[in-house]
Amino acid sequence: MSISWFKYSSPATFYGLAGTLAPWFAWSAGILAVIGLYIGFFVAPTDFQQGEAYRVIFIHVPAAWMSMFIYLVMAFWSAVGLAWNTRLSFMMARALAPTGAIFAFLSLWTGALWGKPMWGAWWVWDARLTSALILFFLYVGIMALWSAIDDRRRGDKAGALLILVGAINVPIIYFSVKWWNTLHQGASITPSGTSMDQIMLWGMLIMAIAAWLYTIAAALIRVRSIILESERQTEWVANILEHK
Amino acid sequence: MTTLATSEDMARVDDAFSPLRFLWTVIRRDILLAARRRGDWLTAQFFFVMVVSMFPLGIGPEPDVLRMVGPGVVWVAALLASLLSLPRLFAEDYRDGSLEQMLLSPEPTVLVTLGKSLAHWCIYGIPLLVITPILGVQFALPGEAIAVLVLSLLIGTPILSLLGSVGAALTLGLRGGGVLLTLLILPLYVPALIFGAGAVDAALSGVGYSAHLSLLAAFLVLTLMVAPWVAAAALKVSIE
Amino acid sequence: MDWASWDEFWAMGGYGLYVWGSYGVFMLAILIEIILLRRGQKETLKRLKRLKTWETQ
Repeated sequence: MSISWFKYSSPATFYGLAGTLAPWFAWSAGILAVIGLYIGFFVAPTDFQQGEAYRVIFIHVPAAWMSMFIYLVMAFWSAVGLAWNTRLSFMMARALAPTGAIFAFLSLWTGALWGKPMWGAWWVWDARLTSALILFFLYVGIMALWSAIDDRRRGDKAGALLILVGAINVPIIYFSVKWWNTLHQGASITPSGTSMDQIMLWGMLIMAIAAWLYTIAAALIRVRSIILESERQTEWVANILEHK
Repeated sequence: MTTLATSEDMARVDDAFSPLRFLWTVIRRDILLAARRRGDWLTAQFFFVMVVSMFPLGIGPEPDVLRMVGPGVVWVAALLASLLSLPRLFAEDYRDGSLEQMLLSPEPTVLVTLGKSLAHWCIYGIPLLVITPILGVQFALPGEAIAVLVLSLLIGTPILSLLGSVGAALTLGLRGGGVLLTLLILPLYVPALIFGAGAVDAALSGVGYSAHLSLLAAFLVLTLMVAPWVAAAALKVSIE
Repeated sequence: MDWASWDEFWAMGGYGLYVWGSYGVFMLAILIEIILLRRGQKETLKRLKRLKTWETQ
C-alpha cells in the first residue's frame, strides 16, 4: 500500500495509479475468495466437535482480522498525515473506514451466528466479542465525526486525532475486558481453543488474504472519488470532468 | 460574558511560574463562571440523581438485585452526567471570543485544556462524590462498598473530564454536538467503567479491590499524560 | 469433503441457518458495498460536473 512515496503522494498522480491498480486487486480478491470458499466447503472435513457450523470461521476470522488491521492502517495514515501534512494520507484513511466498519459489523454478526450453535447464546461478553463491539463503535464514531464536519481540512485532522486516540485505547479496552471477564467467570470459551486442521487453517488464510486484497481494491476505488471531491478546483479534475 | 480579567497575568512571560499562574487563572475563571451560573451545575447534579433513581423503578425493588446493579448504574449515570456538561466546556468561551484570547497567550494551549478539564472535574465531578453515598443507600449497598464506590469515582471522574475535553475539542461548533460527543467518547470510557464499577463489585463479593483501583489510577495517569495534549491539538484544528 | 447430496450441503448438518445466515449476510454486505462504490463514483462525477457548470456561469 505504500510502495512509491513522494511521486504518488500527489493526489493527481495517485488518482491514475489507483484506477489502474484497483481492477487487479479486485480480480485477485475474487479468485482467491473462490479458492478459499472451495476449500472451506469442499475440501475441509467436518469438525469433530462442532459439526458443520464451524465453517463460519472462514468468514468470521478474516472479517475480525481485517476490522482490526484496517483500523491499524487508518491509524498509520492518520499519523503520517498529521506528521507530514500530506493530504493523500488523510484521504486513504477516509477511504478505508467504511470497509473496516463493514468488516467489524460482519465479525459481530458471524460471531453471533457461530456462537449460538456452539455455546447456546447469541452473544457472550467475552473479551474478543466485546472489544469487537467497541471497535465497531469507534468506526461509527469516526465516520460520524467526518460527516459532521464540512471543512475538509478540519475533518481530516480531527478524524486523524480521534483515530489515534482510539488506537491507544483499543489495546487498553481489550485488556480491561479480558481481565473483567476472567473475574466474572463468564462464558469464556474461545472458538480457536480447538486445535486446527491444517486445511482449515489454509482456508482461513486464503480468505483473509482475499479480504485484504478486496479491502485494497475498495479503498483505491473510494479514494478516487475522495480525490476528485477534494481537488475539484484544479485543472486536472476539470479535464477529467470534461471527458466523462 | 466577562472575558478574562487577568490579561496582565497572561502578559507576564518572563515569570518562571507563569505557566502555573496561567493554569490557575484558567481553573479559577471557569469555577467562578460556573458559580455565577448555578443553574447549569444544579441541573447536572439533579440529572445524576434522577437517572440513578430511575433504575430501581425499572428493575424492581429487590435489594439483592439492586445491590448487584448498583455500582454499574451509579458509574454509568456519572458518565452520562459528565457527558451532559461537556459540550459547554469550550463552546461558550468560543462563542464570546475568550477562547481565542486564551489561545493567543504565549502560554502553551495544553494549559488551557488541562485547566478547563480540572475545573470541570471540580464543578461537575466532585459534587457527584458527595451525592453518591446517598444513592448507595438507595441501592442497599453496605458501608464498605459505598466507600469503595466513592473512592473509585474519586479516581474515575477526573478521567471523565479529561477524556471529555478531547471530545469537546473535536466537536466544537459542530451540529449535533452533544450527541456526537457522547458517541465519540463513550467507547473511550470503557476501561474506567470496567475498573471502577468492578472495584465495587469486588468489595461486595469480599474479594480484594486494590488491583481494580490501581489499574484505574494507572488509567488516570495515562489519561493525564495524553488527553490535554490531544485536546489542545484538537482545539487548534477546530478553531483555525 | 464429499457431500452425499446437495440437500446435505444446504442443510449443513442441521446448522444450515447459522452457516448460510452468516455467508448470506456476508455476501450481501460485500454486494452492497460494491454497489455503493459504483454509485458513489457516478454520483461524485455528476455532482462535480454540476458544480462546475454553476461556478462557471
